[in-house]
Amino acid sequence: MNLLSPKWTQRIAIGVLGAATLATLLVLLFIIVFVLEKGLRTISWSFLFTNPQDMGRAGGIFPTLVGTLLLPLLALAVAVPLGVGTAVYLTEYTREGRLTRIIRFGTDCLAGIPSIIFGLFGFIFFVTILKMGWCLLAGGLTLAIMILPTIIRTTEEAIRAVPYSYREVSFSLGATRWATVVKVVLPNALPGIVTGVMLGIGRCIGETAAVIFTAGSALRLPHSVFDSVRTMSVHFYILAREGVSAENAYGTAAVLILSILLLNVTTYWLMHRFIGRRA
Amino acid sequence: MSLDAKIRFELVSLFYGAFEALKQVNMTMAERQITALIGPSGCGKSTLLRTLNRMNDLIPGVRITGLVRVDGRNIYAPGTDVTTLRKRIGMVFQRPNPFPLSVRDNVSFGLRVAGLTSRADVEPILERSLRAAWLWDQVKDRLDQSALDLPLDQQQRLCIARLLAVEPDIILMDEPCSALDPIATGKVEDLMLELKKQYTIVIVTHNMQQAARISDVTGYMLLGDMIESGATAALFTNPQDRRTQDYLSGRYG
Repeated sequence: MNLLSPKWTQRIAIGVLGAATLATLLVLLFIIVFVLEKGLRTISWSFLFTNPQDMGRAGGIFPTLVGTLLLPLLALAVAVPLGVGTAVYLTEYTREGRLTRIIRFGTDCLAGIPSIIFGLFGFIFFVTILKMGWCLLAGGLTLAIMILPTIIRTTEEAIRAVPYSYREVSFSLGATRWATVVKVVLPNALPGIVTGVMLGIGRCIGETAAVIFTAGSALRLPHSVFDSVRTMSVHFYILAREGVSAENAYGTAAVLILSILLLNVTTYWLMHRFIGRRA
Repeated sequence: MSLDAKIRFELVSLFYGAFEALKQVNMTMAERQITALIGPSGCGKSTLLRTLNRMNDLIPGVRITGLVRVDGRNIYAPGTDVTTLRKRIGMVFQRPNPFPLSVRDNVSFGLRVAGLTSRADVEPILERSLRAAWLWDQVKDRLDQSALDLPLDQQQRLCIARLLAVEPDIILMDEPCSALDPIATGKVEDLMLELKKQYTIVIVTHNMQQAARISDVTGYMLLGDMIESGATAALFTNPQDRRTQDYLSGRYG
């Protein structure tokens, strides 16, 4: 016997789902407001563009800003060509079979590994065995490996979403497989690929464990890829963990949140412009 | 062997794995004529059409035996350049399928993949192809707008312009009007009659009236067999095979 009429179940369902959405938004909003409220008053031009003094107790965060920019950039420079290449190979050049299943299983496993393990690997392999020391290069390569699975999987999904009929037409007009990939498949998969890259950048920027192990935490401007850098996340972690300066920690966190916001907004704006022009 | 056979199938069989989709098909298709392939769904007419531009190659597990000759040459002979073959033999698909690009970029696609990119080279071909597909007047002022904004029949004619740009001599059409309304269908059919003056056309259609209206030769297929083929008027008025007769009179399926 039904205790509730369909009308009431419907109302309850809407209520529960709405409450869940609201709770999620509130938590998110609370975090952002909390950090900005504590951090915004610290942010100024001199905070952004001067060097830290006294281990970050005073002065600005300029080197960590540079570190946060360079490290993901280096990671992407390695991970995007490798990841997109792998995804194209898996989707366009091989037929579904045991090999593709094994590779896919491998990337899924890789995606689930905690970042500290990547940090440890990077420390042992790049820092120690290859004798790079703690540096931008070791950190960038480690982060590249870390975000590779994300980029491969999102690119694969994006490529699969390109209608088969586009490929068919392209082949029927005498295009080779490569021409089809370059002129038809990748342009149409671009929005999805960009989403994957964004996720990758987000993971790089937010990462601390893997970065401390591989890029170190030197508080000065790097002069080459063989210099150690400190990212904003690491800076925040050290300032807060070692009780150096809560004020500057929140200031750094606020800058971090704002830069991620800026990154997202710019990307979506660019994507809209780009797609708007294409279609 | 008659001299004007542009296309000649000799004992062509095609297997999807163990399934025999074409059974020792023999047929000739004449130059600058429209040949229609009719028959119930799944009879192999689209498969036969696609042997001509080797689109079946893309499907895993396909095996083909026999000879498919175009201008006397077996297109399945080892060393055949499939991309060159496909440029010579254009294809129009069931649903209009322009790329999500501008009208201009759609028509010039085949040229661009062939390495022809300079505007001076592309522009005359663009106009010529669109004129040949009877689309120039409708789109000349909106060449840079998305092709997806065109009405369906214009999209289908754009697809025809797109293949004309790579200068084929054979055009394959796989139920090109099945997504179009009767008026749009009429326009595409008129266009086909015009194109026939320059091109050899092979069309697969479910619409028997369409085959009767536009084709010179018709082939009736059933379960992978070419039951009967011949001049369209003769085939429709006086079919030789009992099974053709049944199909034409609507007694089949």
